[in-house]
Amino acid sequence: MKATAVNDRYAPISSIDPSSRHHRREHALMLLLMSPAVLVVFLLLIVPLTWLIGQSFYAEGVLSLEHYRRIFTEGIYWNTFALTFRISIIVTLLALLMGYPIAYAASILPQRWAMLVLALVILPFWTSVLVRAYAWLILLQRSGVINKTLLGTGVIDSPLSLVHNELGTIIATVHILLPFMVLPLYATMQKIPRDLLLAGASLGGSPLHVFLRVFLPLSLSGVLAGMTLVFVLCLGFYITPELMGGGRTVMASMLVSRNIQLYSDWGAASAVSVVLLICVLAIFYVVSRLISLEKILGVK
Amino acid sequence: MKYTQCLNALVGSAVVLAGALGTSHSLAAEQITFVSQGGAYQDAQTEAILDPVAEALGITIHQDSAPDAWPMIRTQGTTGQAVWDVVDTPPLNCIRGGDQELIEPLDFSRIPNAESMPEAYKTPYSVAYEFYSSVLAYNPDAFDGNPPQSWEDFWNVEEFPGNRALRNHPLGTLEAALLADGVAPEDLYPLDVDRAFAKLEEIKPHITTWWTSGGQSAQLLYDGEVDMLMMWNGRVSAIMNEGASADFTYNEGILQTTHLCIIKDAPNLDTAFKFVNAAIDPQYQANLPLHIDYGPGNPAAFDTGKISEERSQELPSFPENAERQVLMSYEWWSSPEGEEAERRWLEFMQQ
Repeated sequence: MKATAVNDRYAPISSIDPSSRHHRREHALMLLLMSPAVLVVFLLLIVPLTWLIGQSFYAEGVLSLEHYRRIFTEGIYWNTFALTFRISIIVTLLALLMGYPIAYAASILPQRWAMLVLALVILPFWTSVLVRAYAWLILLQRSGVINKTLLGTGVIDSPLSLVHNELGTIIATVHILLPFMVLPLYATMQKIPRDLLLAGASLGGSPLHVFLRVFLPLSLSGVLAGMTLVFVLCLGFYITPELMGGGRTVMASMLVSRNIQLYSDWGAASAVSVVLLICVLAIFYVVSRLISLEKILGVK
Repeated sequence: MKYTQCLNALVGSAVVLAGALGTSHSLAAEQITFVSQGGAYQDAQTEAILDPVAEALGITIHQDSAPDAWPMIRTQGTTGQAVWDVVDTPPLNCIRGGDQELIEPLDFSRIPNAESMPEAYKTPYSVAYEFYSSVLAYNPDAFDGNPPQSWEDFWNVEEFPGNRALRNHPLGTLEAALLADGVAPEDLYPLDVDRAFAKLEEIKPHITTWWTSGGQSAQLLYDGEVDMLMMWNGRVSAIMNEGASADFTYNEGILQTTHLCIIKDAPNLDTAFKFVNAAIDPQYQANLPLHIDYGPGNPAAFDTGKISEERSQELPSFPENAERQVLMSYEWWSSPEGEEAERRWLEFMQQ
């Protein structure tokens, strides 16, 4: 009987479900309801993306791998991608280091305080990235608030180079991406049943022990979700490194615009975008083997 | 070539749409589509040149703007569906566009106003429309009455200590490096690219920022973040007017220009020629500096009496100022050597 039961699961619906017509009608209705969204996604995402990928295989109007050859043989592309990944890794780790305590605090504080903490994290989100970059310039530059204060109090003799380099890029990027770390972490932590912590404590675990053995492992899916989001977003950053990097910090997205200017060819720029896109998809694939993508995107 | 066909269809439908929208108010009058670079500059020329020309010729000028016109010129040319007529863009785009048959060769017999202009202000495909300059700007407070006055001074970190900035682009920057290295202005072109990069390597450790946008360069000088830098004259004047401690010299400035050119097989070719001729008329050209810190493309504008003596001396294309500067050779920059130098730039930045 076991075999039939298994087979039944794969049998056509019509043979086991007397109300299949009703199902089919419901199915069609769902498709109909979805069609505007599908159409939008198709027209605004699938079509341009296909066009982009198609273009990357054209050079001077003929089918060619020239753009990819350039990416894989010229040193500047390798350097740029290496720098992009290095910055993204540093930013992700810093965001985790700063975001975890914030999310933890928000998850254990009383509701009212938790809301205040989250509001403070999300508030800068409503300010444009450009404005925030300039705000950081005012703070970090040679004649900026931080250097002036440190010089005034005699802590340093000459201004520190806090901006117009990789450091400035990282500081501003961490600030901008922090909410993307805190929110998934908070969502995960909030769902951890407090009874488990109490149980751990009643079994004699010290607060640190309970945190390390119970809370931390349960929050790991949030950690992975936050890290993935921050890392992937950081890979595509453009304005912040452009303004804060002093011209030396060339990230992958800047190569896209540079390639249009240099080669006057959409294909040259498309190829860089395609390589970046493949990197992102590969990361999502690896992560999806560990946790469900819905979790990262906050659907569940 | 599928994607080209696809583009064709897209541009084609855009043309039909534009045509449908356009016919309602252009049945009688001639019209052109004119493209410039937007912002305060396009507003200024609308008042100074475009509106008066439209009125004088009885034509309608539709405006569009594109900070970088080249990709659009290329798209319209390669699909054979021109929607623009006249473009105000760096001559680099006009020359390479002409070479690739995307830009109409100019029949100068139809542009009599260009006759008196210096040969260096014209190319087979374009004519000078306005001038700006990449100048040496500085914060006078940092130099105590002895500011840097040449690129040699800019490179001299012993005598002129301080933070510096240059543009994150080889155009003009390579010229400055060679002038600093002692190359005479008249021997500048063709640029000795290896020598220029070697000289830039020297100053690299002293460059705080390689700026990318004009606004950024203004902010650097305004906030005292750097003591000297190469920047566009209009940007220095703007912050000087705001009361910042800033000044600049036209000595060894790199005189740059934008030209007017006509898209190949433009929809309103005849009107486009009429427009180009009127737009470089000294009378209208003289209006431009009254609205913005750019010099007229036609030097005859200085003889109209419209521009005061005092104002003239502030402008990059005023003959006395122009003499102290180097006119950028866009022919060289559009040559294969120029394109190769442009490609080498990022490599230099990453080292």
